[in-house]
Amino acid sequence: MSFVAPDMTAATPEIFLLAATCVVLVVDVYLPVRFRMFTYHLAQASLVITAVLCLALFPDSPQVTFNGTFVSDTMSTLLKAFILLTTYFVFFYSKIYLRVRDLFKGEYFVLGLFAVLGMMVLVSAHSLLTVYLGLELLSLSLYAMVAMNRESSTASEAAMKYFVLGALASGMLLYGMSMIYGATGTLDLAAIREHVAGLESSSLILILGLVFVIVGIAFKLGAVPFHMWVPDVYEGAPTSVTLFIGSAPKIAAFGMLVRLLVDGLPGMQGDWVGMLTILSILSMGVGNIIAIAQTNLKRMLAYSTIAHVGFLFLGIIAGSEAGYSASMFYIIVYAFMSLGGFAMIVLLGHADFEADRIEDFRGLNERNPWYAFLMLILMMSMAGVPPFLGFWAKWWVLQEVVAAGMTWLAVVAIIFSIIGVFYYLRVIRMMYFEKAENPEPVVAASDMRMMVSTNALAILALGIYPGGLLALCVSAFSG
Amino acid sequence: MPELPYLSLVVWTPILGGIWVLLASGARSAPAARNIALSVSVVTFLLSLPLWAQFDISTHNMQFQEKSLWIEAFGIYYHLGVDGISMPLIILTTFTTVLVVLAGWEVIQFKQGQYMAAFLVLEGLMIGAFAALDAMLFYVFWEALLIPMFLIIGVWGGANRIYATVKFFLYTFFGSVFMLVAIIYLYVQTGSFSILAMHDVSIDFNAQVLIFIAFLLAFAVKVPMWPVHTWLPDAHVEAPTGGSVILAAIMLKLGAYGFLRFSLPITPDASHALDWLMIALSLIAIVYIGLVALVQPDMKKLIAYSSIAHMGFATLGFFIAFRLLMAGDTDGAALGVEGGIVQLISHGFISGALFLCVGVMYDRMHSRLIADYGGVVNRMPVFAAFMMLFALANSGLPGTSGFVGEFMVILSSFKTSFWIAFLAGTTLILGAAYSLWMYKRVIYGAVANEQVEKLQDIGVRETLILGSLAVAVLALGIWPAPLLDVMGATVEHLLQQMAATKL
Repeated sequence: MSFVAPDMTAATPEIFLLAATCVVLVVDVYLPVRFRMFTYHLAQASLVITAVLCLALFPDSPQVTFNGTFVSDTMSTLLKAFILLTTYFVFFYSKIYLRVRDLFKGEYFVLGLFAVLGMMVLVSAHSLLTVYLGLELLSLSLYAMVAMNRESSTASEAAMKYFVLGALASGMLLYGMSMIYGATGTLDLAAIREHVAGLESSSLILILGLVFVIVGIAFKLGAVPFHMWVPDVYEGAPTSVTLFIGSAPKIAAFGMLVRLLVDGLPGMQGDWVGMLTILSILSMGVGNIIAIAQTNLKRMLAYSTIAHVGFLFLGIIAGSEAGYSASMFYIIVYAFMSLGGFAMIVLLGHADFEADRIEDFRGLNERNPWYAFLMLILMMSMAGVPPFLGFWAKWWVLQEVVAAGMTWLAVVAIIFSIIGVFYYLRVIRMMYFEKAENPEPVVAASDMRMMVSTNALAILALGIYPGGLLALCVSAFSG
Repeated sequence: MPELPYLSLVVWTPILGGIWVLLASGARSAPAARNIALSVSVVTFLLSLPLWAQFDISTHNMQFQEKSLWIEAFGIYYHLGVDGISMPLIILTTFTTVLVVLAGWEVIQFKQGQYMAAFLVLEGLMIGAFAALDAMLFYVFWEALLIPMFLIIGVWGGANRIYATVKFFLYTFFGSVFMLVAIIYLYVQTGSFSILAMHDVSIDFNAQVLIFIAFLLAFAVKVPMWPVHTWLPDAHVEAPTGGSVILAAIMLKLGAYGFLRFSLPITPDASHALDWLMIALSLIAIVYIGLVALVQPDMKKLIAYSSIAHMGFATLGFFIAFRLLMAGDTDGAALGVEGGIVQLISHGFISGALFLCVGVMYDRMHSRLIADYGGVVNRMPVFAAFMMLFALANSGLPGTSGFVGEFMVILSSFKTSFWIAFLAGTTLILGAAYSLWMYKRVIYGAVANEQVEKLQDIGVRETLILGSLAVAVLALGIWPAPLLDVMGATVEHLLQQMAATKL
């Protein structure tokens, strides 16, 4: 038996990121506290170089390596690029947040980088094992990040809840995978696809496996009825961690969804479309309706996430390449909007004040019209009002659902989105129509202001000219 | 000489001008903001005039077309163009916005820069909606204009403004999203978002009915038609004067315009099959809402209800045409549709003027209640004369623009059925009753209280605003031919589309 060295080039970005993360870890240990900023810069540099590597090695055709466990294709490369980009923003916002609150520790960035590595492995998975590997690397890093503020009891509670439920979901996923392995005899996603395609009808064990896999996915994305952890974790975690959980990992979870269902089990489309439809309707309904009752902005955004996940599923349900592209577009857009929303909370807060109640936005237009305008863009975009980017995301998934002949589902979705508009309007109303209680101007660092402005204005600019981003997402699934 | 892209200019000048105003007002020079706003709105108005001057009245084809690829992946175009229906509405928009900027000149103290900017951006978006020939482009403009209006009512409105503006936003959004689904469905059928392509595609009857209903939800809320009109009185009462004027004079027209651009040509069979419903809803608006207007104690609410009744005439004119087309009476049908469109323009002038009149009094007395007034003529004779003209125009006096549209619509209904014409005709009585009775209580009589005693007559700025509207009302009333000429070819083409079956 001879050992053939695998082709490493396809995985160069991951290998580099792993090495860079270890360097950051070691450097941080030996760094005096006053030079801690260096850790941050090193982490950001690692992200940038990894992104450059990703794009430099853009594959012309899918490259499978490591004995069929790892794949690098257009979709994985694009998703990785967006994961790295959002994480760059996340680290930036976190730096501001953590420094002000004396939580600025190197571990945050090291754990963050490990989570990114996990996400990258996840979206490049070509075998059930790699999926699990990537997912666990991501999840374990996130559990620790939620618990990073040891003094806060709510953070500890959130971390505990997240960990217990997350472990349960991982268990479900693993159980499902083992059933699929049992039915097909392989872990390789391409081999599973071929095996399932050869079957006359899906066997019971395969369907059971599928159910457990979907439960796992639904949990990670926070779809109803597996959403219970989302509001508590979003609210309990430090905002710097919430904005991380709310952005990049969602993109990775979408990658996992596509790898498992679209790449691995397209033969069972008839089965998973039905399951996803139920999850989608429930998520849109519960998310949008319960969000109305929230007074805490982080919780409100948590429920809004749940609703957005319901929309995300619509594209997958459409079951066409254009539908998958639409979902990919949706999740990328969502990640940026969510990032911006939480960044506003970071922006308005200071050392001993967390601006996480909707009430804290009262009269923002008087205190600082520019920030109010940015938040207006973000909220309207999430509500799906043109000309902002969020509108195109909703429009595209709806269009693919209608094209798939499920106009009724599109109607259900828009009814829930009308309900959703109400709570986004509440934030705008608070900012513009209410008088400020303490009309002191908002003080924020100039780099933070730049970054948040970039984030929100990008949503406006891309909303006016969405063609480029749309075309990128189309390219991910064509050919 | 290459032709200037007039449509793009009138769409983007106010939007960019609005941003400029915002930036200028940030530099804490409030007077600068309003000066810029006025110049921008005047420039926009001047830029819109060539649309009228160079308009070719002999064709129904879209003119001043501009087309460039916007979103390649879906073949969505930045496609603008106007015909005889949309061009007058665009001029109405640019004209009214100048008046609204002037009307807010001294009255608005709080965040004046933002106020002016919101109106300018709103102007650009409304013109965009009138000029868009790509369904997605239309939808983007149509929805985006909710945002500035939402802020205008919410920030500068009256005591109950938040309730009113949220209701306004949700109602309109509710209607619009169904239209989005209909547009997507049509795209899936035709493979194109071009509105003109949608006019030509054949659709089976059941699908047509569903599409018609989806469009109806969007447009009926905007017009508004009974029973989805309830947001309008609230929004009007709470909105600042400028907001009410734009709302009544232009935004309501968007709904009616939607019927002409989408519902009638895209779903002619369904429109025909459901014309009884539309006629019934229009008559309810005319008669029932007219009665409701009669008992309003609040002047703005009264005018708001009168707007609903008058818009009922427009929709009545559009849908009565189907009855006449079936009977082979094309001229009668044209009379109905043209009457409806004239009614749109005329109502734009009259309702705008009446809201401005109420605004003039409100600025001085801070009350909109009829009961707080009386004998205003003793202190404000010039103003009373103007308001007399507008009140009479609102009740459809021959010689004013209010008469032309109503008369044409009643005439064409008479050719269909006596009873429809009879019910529609009651508006001449009801309209006169609520307009003139309000006028009598507010303007005539002895001076009612000390506040009225202290009233000052209107100044140069207000005279200019009301005077220009008075000229418009009279000009259109005495000599409507230019307007009818402009829309003639377009309406003829529209009637052919309505008469042709698409099954």
